[in-house]
Amino acid sequence: MRRILFLARAEMLHVVRDRATLAQVLVLPILQLLILSNAATLQVSNTPTYVVDADRSSLSRGLVTRFRASGHFRVEEQSASPELADEALLRGDVTMVLTIPHDFEASLMRARVAPIQLAVNAEKGSAAGIVQAYASSITAAYASELDASLRGTAVGAPDAPPRRGAPRIDVRLRSWYNQDLNYRHYMVPGILVALVTLIGTLLSAQNIAREKELGTLEQLNVTPITRGQFIAAKLLPFWALGMINLAIGLIIAAWVFGVPMRGSLLLLFGSAAVYLVAALAIGLFISSVVDTQQQAMFVTFFVMNVYLLMSGLFTPIDSMAPWVRVVSEVNPVRHFVTISRAILIKGAGPADIARPLLTLAVFGVVTLALAIRQYSKRVA
Amino acid sequence: MKALAGLLRKEVYHILRDRRTLIVIVALPILQVVIFGYAIRTDVDHVRLAVVDPAPDPVTLAIRSRFGAARVFETVAVVPRIEMLEDLFRRGAAQGAVVFEAGFAERMARGLPAGLLIIADATEPNTGSIVSSYAGAVVQAYQQETLPPSGAIRIVPSVRMRFNPTRESSNLFVPGLMAFVLTIISSLMTAITLTREKETGTMEALLVSPLRPWQIIVGKVAPYLVVGFASVAGVILEARLVFHVPLRGSLTLLLLEGLLFILVSLSLGILISARTSSQRVAMLGALVGTMLPTMLLSGFIFPIESMPWPLRAISTIVPARWFVLVARSIMLKGVGLSYLWRPSLVLLAMALVLLTASTRAFHERLDG
Repeated sequence: MRRILFLARAEMLHVVRDRATLAQVLVLPILQLLILSNAATLQVSNTPTYVVDADRSSLSRGLVTRFRASGHFRVEEQSASPELADEALLRGDVTMVLTIPHDFEASLMRARVAPIQLAVNAEKGSAAGIVQAYASSITAAYASELDASLRGTAVGAPDAPPRRGAPRIDVRLRSWYNQDLNYRHYMVPGILVALVTLIGTLLSAQNIAREKELGTLEQLNVTPITRGQFIAAKLLPFWALGMINLAIGLIIAAWVFGVPMRGSLLLLFGSAAVYLVAALAIGLFISSVVDTQQQAMFVTFFVMNVYLLMSGLFTPIDSMAPWVRVVSEVNPVRHFVTISRAILIKGAGPADIARPLLTLAVFGVVTLALAIRQYSKRVA
Repeated sequence: MKALAGLLRKEVYHILRDRRTLIVIVALPILQVVIFGYAIRTDVDHVRLAVVDPAPDPVTLAIRSRFGAARVFETVAVVPRIEMLEDLFRRGAAQGAVVFEAGFAERMARGLPAGLLIIADATEPNTGSIVSSYAGAVVQAYQQETLPPSGAIRIVPSVRMRFNPTRESSNLFVPGLMAFVLTIISSLMTAITLTREKETGTMEALLVSPLRPWQIIVGKVAPYLVVGFASVAGVILEARLVFHVPLRGSLTLLLLEGLLFILVSLSLGILISARTSSQRVAMLGALVGTMLPTMLLSGFIFPIESMPWPLRAISTIVPARWFVLVARSIMLKGVGLSYLWRPSLVLLAMALVLLTASTRAFHERLDG
């Protein structure tokens, strides 16, 4: 045990002494959390819109006002020329073109139904679907608003009797866990996990490779330390750093971003303790496989990308191709992202996260065993 | 000039000797585009739906069968009480729920509004909104087809999805993915070249040679430009063959822009390399400094226009942002240089600034 502590202390000093590394380890994650959480939003607001209003009636202007007032759209330009609108769409100046045909008001009054056209730039990321959903709900709301006001003014009009008693379904919508549809509440717990993982894995992956390059690994090899003790000593400081990072990150999440903390923090830290062992053991495993820091870097880079892009952190697991979903089961980040979101946002208890937590535990044991096996005290 | 040629030859040997690294550099981007092309999608389908039907009757059964028929939904559970939903949602077993009021058909027959509640798990807000709008549409369709028309005013939006009518996810993400993968691999390649020389002590040898700082920088960047270009070509070929991303514009233009973009990324790596002292710091700098910002601020996954303005401003200095724009425009919109001169100029300016800055950083070190 004392041997482990000595070596762990040496590792800790390595990190703390080197100011640049220390800054990267502690400050960079915080900065990134603060900045990037604002960037990672699939929320659609201020979609630049081109309005082609060929009708120029009070009803068509009313519709444009509703679009503008919703906050989801920003009217960038307005003209009666579809060609100019198309040009703006092609140039990428606007993301949506709203076209109101010239008989809009007349046909609403006459036939009580009128078409409008929406052309969405579907090249601009995943926003297209949500832009469409917003636009539809705005037009639907405007239609029922018009309906109410027209009925009010034209009482007794033959085609608009107040229909009491007609069968209808009263549909109501409710969003659970995130009523204001705040994207940050969703992203911050995920990005936090990513940052903790990133730093921990990078440091551990590079660690043994560095000792190999500097030749200090041979010195360690001739000490009486066992393989298990060696890996444990390497793991401990980074594990502690990871927990500290997580704690700092959580404070920022709560104070700066107002992320709800519905579940038990103790459960979250407990899961993190298990998770970090798995994540760091993978880093140490990489480190003992490769010969140079450069190789360690490339492998880590690849693993990191898999971690981040296949974890459901940015894009939902449910949308992935079926084989990718199966592969992502062996991604520890996926499970911890799930756990952290479930605990913080949904207030999940131990029973709800049992499956991902168990997976992580198994993962930790397996990777730790692999790392210990891989590290051999003999020099090839 | 002869000295420069010598340095170039040395760097080429470095690259060629280390076969494993060379393979990694060329193959990794291609491999990543395949994997992530299948992983990064945002289509919402196979939504796991729970139904709360306290007293099933013909109408609720009819609406339930509508949900069963809609390709988007998959009914995973039918429960009698709304309290039972909580557990399903927390475990993530259900993403959405339709809750019927008891005596649904009876209320409708008596002319009373029958209550139907649509609940969506909005933990991920977009999926949440899409789930509730899909569910709302199913109920709407049922109402319109089976109930007498209410005579209410309707505005019918017809939607055209320009440049990607099927909204195929790979068309959206693969061009962005190309930019992402290329940035990181290229800045990593050069990020350690100078620090390695510093660590192994060969830097002094370079310093006492007659090479001028800019020559050292050129000698370090040029060979990797060739390797990087091979990755660009490979990745474009793959986007066409594996993901069938359309290439509506000019291939030559795309390749040239790719080359320019690689140059920017390599220069960024060289700058990091010139300013740091150890491989560890260079690697952390290159990875942490480029990976997350590129992933998040390039518009590759998250639309830039939705970001708050300070971030939109920051995103203009992320090289990948401009290449994502260029690659998407050439591939999906088929536009030419007349539309793309601005981002191209920005990339060019970035390359010049970064190269100048690294030459200068190198210079300072000579004095110090």
